[in-house]
Amino acid sequence: MIAELRRNWFEFAITVLIRAAGYLAVLFVGLILIFLLQSGLPALAKVPLSTLLSTRWYPIEGYFGILPLIWGSILVTLGALMVGLPFGLLTAIYISEVAPKWAREVLKPLVEILAGLPSVVLGFLGILVIAPYLRRFLDLPTGLTALTGSLLLGGIAIPTIVSIAEDALNAVPASYRQASLAIGATEWQTIWRVTLPAARSGVLTAVMLGIGRALGETMAVMMVTGNAPVMPAGLNAFFLPVRTMTATIASEMGEVAAGSAHYQVLFLIGIVLFVFSLAVNVVASMVGFRELKRAERLLS
Amino acid sequence: MVNLALAWAERYQAINPAVRISVTGGGSGTGIAALINGTVDIANASRQIKPEEVQEAKAKGIEPVEHVVARDAIAVIVHPRNPIDRLTLEQISAIYSGKFNNWSQLGGEDRPIVRVSRESNSGTHVYFLEAVLRLGKKDDKTLFSPDTLLLPSSEGIIAEVSDNPNAIGYDGLGYVTPQVKTLAVAADSAGPYVMPSAASVTDGSYPIARDLYMYTNGQPAGLVKQYLDWIFTPEAQKIVAELGFVPVR
Repeated sequence: MIAELRRNWFEFAITVLIRAAGYLAVLFVGLILIFLLQSGLPALAKVPLSTLLSTRWYPIEGYFGILPLIWGSILVTLGALMVGLPFGLLTAIYISEVAPKWAREVLKPLVEILAGLPSVVLGFLGILVIAPYLRRFLDLPTGLTALTGSLLLGGIAIPTIVSIAEDALNAVPASYRQASLAIGATEWQTIWRVTLPAARSGVLTAVMLGIGRALGETMAVMMVTGNAPVMPAGLNAFFLPVRTMTATIASEMGEVAAGSAHYQVLFLIGIVLFVFSLAVNVVASMVGFRELKRAERLLS
Repeated sequence: MVNLALAWAERYQAINPAVRISVTGGGSGTGIAALINGTVDIANASRQIKPEEVQEAKAKGIEPVEHVVARDAIAVIVHPRNPIDRLTLEQISAIYSGKFNNWSQLGGEDRPIVRVSRESNSGTHVYFLEAVLRLGKKDDKTLFSPDTLLLPSSEGIIAEVSDNPNAIGYDGLGYVTPQVKTLAVAADSAGPYVMPSAASVTDGSYPIARDLYMYTNGQPAGLVKQYLDWIFTPEAQKIVAELGFVPVR
């Protein structure tokens, strides 16, 4: 009787604790959003929209055009995706589908160690190795360009993509592959037509998280992209310096007087970043959701 | 000037083990903002406090008092292989504002000019904007060309200029290393071209020199006063010279 009571009480306490932890996570996101909106939205009243949507960013003289920063972030992230997506996906396929058991056991932990590398270390690598090399090899005016940032960010996003995509591929039941091979499909046909589509929702989640990682990365980007707030025009913008939203916030937030227009515009940029990563997450979960319904249809 | 503040703090703590001084970097704006927020006793700044900042400080009950603790020359630097070895202030202004885009326009090689600058939160950046880009004219609204690289640290500037033959940069004389070439600068095309040095800053012939400041809340008292008094002793001012800055006495 007493033992049962104690067990019940224990059950109750654990349930409350877990529930509280779940609600707290939601609460924190909510509080952060409120804080961002409260600090950033007054900028819209102080700085005219025509100034915010202009193409010149020089805050110490009152030029608050955030367009070059938004485009800078998009450009670097797109570039990172072009580097990270093929490499990440292929690595995940290799580890999950092709590699012998011993290679898998070595590679997976190695990739996960790579994910833990501090980005400032990669930034140094970028400044001392990648940037000078790119300048010489491509004969650019300077090596501190969007491309340098994209290469680094792609490298940073790869472990995230590999790790999650590999889990998704691994979760595909072995019977799918066996059935495919049994009807005479080659190994590649099995990977491309059966395993990958079956793991699609997990793979897309991996890609979305990779994008999120690239979009939010600050230190490495600040060190290698040159931080010049030029408005990207056309594809050759990849070979010119850019300034991203994250680098702007990081390098200027320490200096501004709290409550000034500059301070509020920096928070407004924070809101824009928040909206961007929210959009990426919503798209990711929508894709996952739709996939689930389809799987249910298949099963019924 | 974080190097100087650190060296002073280290030496002073070695002499007075009972005193603890922590120094944080981040640019003059960072230090002054911290003084206004009441989180530091002394704000080091490589530019003078702005009228808005004084107002803001007064609103929070803080009375900033200025102390000139050292002087500094801003060296204009290029890659060692760049054949250019002297420029006038006007030429430098035209380079940074985007009027000149190729070294051949200044009599150099046919190479694009890559402008390198400190971030806009650095006192060096603001000083360079006012004293060089705008040639000291208050009503001049010249800005840095938007494609100017804004690097977060002095080390970043030296790294880029020492590696890239297209680059031109500027930085405090104390940060300049032998891997880059320092240019002689003239106030105008008639004037003599002068290399930055302690002597040329003291006699006023080098045109891009400025004061370095410490700001305290009210007249310094107690430990802060002892520290500031020590900073003006020959021993502390010797450290100024060792780091490539110019002593005030």
